[in-house]
Amino acid sequence: MKRPTTHQRQLWMSKRVREGINSVLLTGLTLLVLAVFLMPLLYGVVTALKTDNQITTLGAPWWPATARTFTYEGQTYDIFRVVECDADDNPIPWGRDAENLTVPDCFWGGHTYDWALVVRQREHAEFLDPEEPEAGLIRWEGRWRTLERDWMFDAQWGNFLKAWNTIKFPRLLTNTLIYALVTTVGVVGSSSLVAYGFARFPIPRKNLLFMIVMATIILPGAVTLIPTYAVFNRIGWVGTWLPLMVPAFFANGYNIFLLRQFFMSIPREIEEAATIDGAGPLRIFTSIILPQSMPALMAASMFHFFFAWNHFFEPLVYLAGNPNKFPITVGLTAFNNLYSQQTNLIQAASLISAVLPLLVFMAAQRVFLQGIVFTGVDK
Amino acid sequence: MTTAVSDKTISRLNQRKKPSSLLRYRQRWGWVFISPWIIGFILFYFLPMLASFGFSLVSFNLATPDQIDFIGSDNWRRALIQDPEVLASFGKTFKFSIISLPAGMIFSLFLALLLNSKFVHGKILMRTLFYAPMMIPGVAATLIWSGVLNEQTGWVNVLLQNIFGIQAVGTEGIRWLQNPRLIYYTYTLMGFWGIGNAMVIMLAGLQNVPTELYEAAEIDGAGYFQRLFRITLPLISPVIFYNLIIGIIGLMQYFLVPYVLNGGDGSPQGATRFIAVWFYKQSFTFFNMGYGATIAWLIFIVGIILTIVLFGSARYWVYYAGSEE
Repeated sequence: MKRPTTHQRQLWMSKRVREGINSVLLTGLTLLVLAVFLMPLLYGVVTALKTDNQITTLGAPWWPATARTFTYEGQTYDIFRVVECDADDNPIPWGRDAENLTVPDCFWGGHTYDWALVVRQREHAEFLDPEEPEAGLIRWEGRWRTLERDWMFDAQWGNFLKAWNTIKFPRLLTNTLIYALVTTVGVVGSSSLVAYGFARFPIPRKNLLFMIVMATIILPGAVTLIPTYAVFNRIGWVGTWLPLMVPAFFANGYNIFLLRQFFMSIPREIEEAATIDGAGPLRIFTSIILPQSMPALMAASMFHFFFAWNHFFEPLVYLAGNPNKFPITVGLTAFNNLYSQQTNLIQAASLISAVLPLLVFMAAQRVFLQGIVFTGVDK
Repeated sequence: MTTAVSDKTISRLNQRKKPSSLLRYRQRWGWVFISPWIIGFILFYFLPMLASFGFSLVSFNLATPDQIDFIGSDNWRRALIQDPEVLASFGKTFKFSIISLPAGMIFSLFLALLLNSKFVHGKILMRTLFYAPMMIPGVAATLIWSGVLNEQTGWVNVLLQNIFGIQAVGTEGIRWLQNPRLIYYTYTLMGFWGIGNAMVIMLAGLQNVPTELYEAAEIDGAGYFQRLFRITLPLISPVIFYNLIIGIIGLMQYFLVPYVLNGGDGSPQGATRFIAVWFYKQSFTFFNMGYGATIAWLIFIVGIILTIVLFGSARYWVYYAGSEE
């Protein structure tokens, strides 16, 4: 075995070191981008856990907290942080306010006290020490308004419950689930039939027809919406789920494309053997093709389920004025219009609506991401 | 591929002589299988599109459904000449597109390059986390962003002020959602939560680039950026093209974010009255169905023109590995 020369070893070392530095830098950069990218989500969680009061209070901490209070003889007092210097003739550092001293500002040393404010005057205040309230009121010279409250960590988990109840979440969730499940069954069922037709049968002008299928994917929905709306309105379907559900049973271009791609990758031999054994096309489809296509059917179902879960425009148009039938997206918008001042509840409701999709995605991300690649690249 | 060839042969035979009974049987079944789409296409695409054009020639308000007057090209003249809002809202849509499409494209390519780099660790987990916000319903994502960009209490301004010392908080600060000159950048920023698909597709494109090409380039002394612009970008141009088409079609229908944030009133100062927003306003707030159909047809026509232009330009910059050129 040849030993590397010193020169080679140095090169090798320097390459390793260089790669190590690259790894640290690039992984760090990616993590930093990721942190910034997901920061709004953390903001949402933290804000959802705050009290109304904390959100509007200047100088409140960024984490969920409540200002402490002290109850004494049936009265509740706010607790403030008061800094007292040990010596009375304390020189005030240049640029600082006599009322706003911090402990390091005290020349002879000082202490921070958490005291309950009892008497509020403009230029002075009187406090109780919660540790020994019997000692009586402590007089303090200064403007109490400049003092900071004493915050302690306190997450308002109840906000989620409040949002859940205010927005009538169980109803929105039921509506969304029914809508998403029914249309998923409809779309995937009908699209797999159509996709199989396109994948295997000698239909005249098939290429032209398939181009039309693809064109419907990029057709702006607006151009068909108005006559469809007018007809649905005439037959009394506006305000019901029917305009949203019925078209789902007539396949859609995106899923036809996805499933056709998959069906075409299945070898024909098994079908030919089954034909010789006397199985009809429908039989072959249900007992040979569908069982073999489970990954593709799963991916298509998940895509459509979450498409329906997020769907906004058509439900907004067709269900306007029927809050009982709203799906989550439209319900959330209506909620935002009513409670726009209550940021914490808005954030809580938004997060609740995202929990299910996020959990399912985390659990099934492999199927999901492969499905996207399948439709996007193999064109 | 074999399917297409054999089908073509069969149909060529079909034209010459009387089709065999097996072929007819297969054809019949083919029609049965695709019949749901044929019916759906006629009912929900073809007839509505024709009817939509018919609607654009009449005056029809849902408030007075019995009164339908044929007015010829009046709606079209109104949309193109009299109502300045229509052309203006197309303009706003384009202005926003010119900012948000390249930004989204560059950001998703940037992420894909990072997640494809051999120097980055934990790629699978990070790919999942970068994709995750895509699963948050658009309405919820918009509300979360409008909180985080709030000029008084949003973390973006608070962090800018406390870490970088920029005067960001308050009415004198950065008004992400109220400043008409900032609003397209704000919406672009919000759109970054929706680039998951583009990122994953680009990542797959990057993984398909043959490594021999990079090795050869490295031997020839090409640097990172030379390899990026001479090898990577040309080879993944089909993926960029696909994302561009999807992006443009999406922007022509861009509605959710402005509607959730301002109810479609176009604030600040009308900057967010995009064409899809104006279509919604006319059709479902004022119930001017005839005029709404005209705007819808304009969206359709502009969409077709853009798609044709893009496909026409494709042969100059999109590289297909299988093609002869």
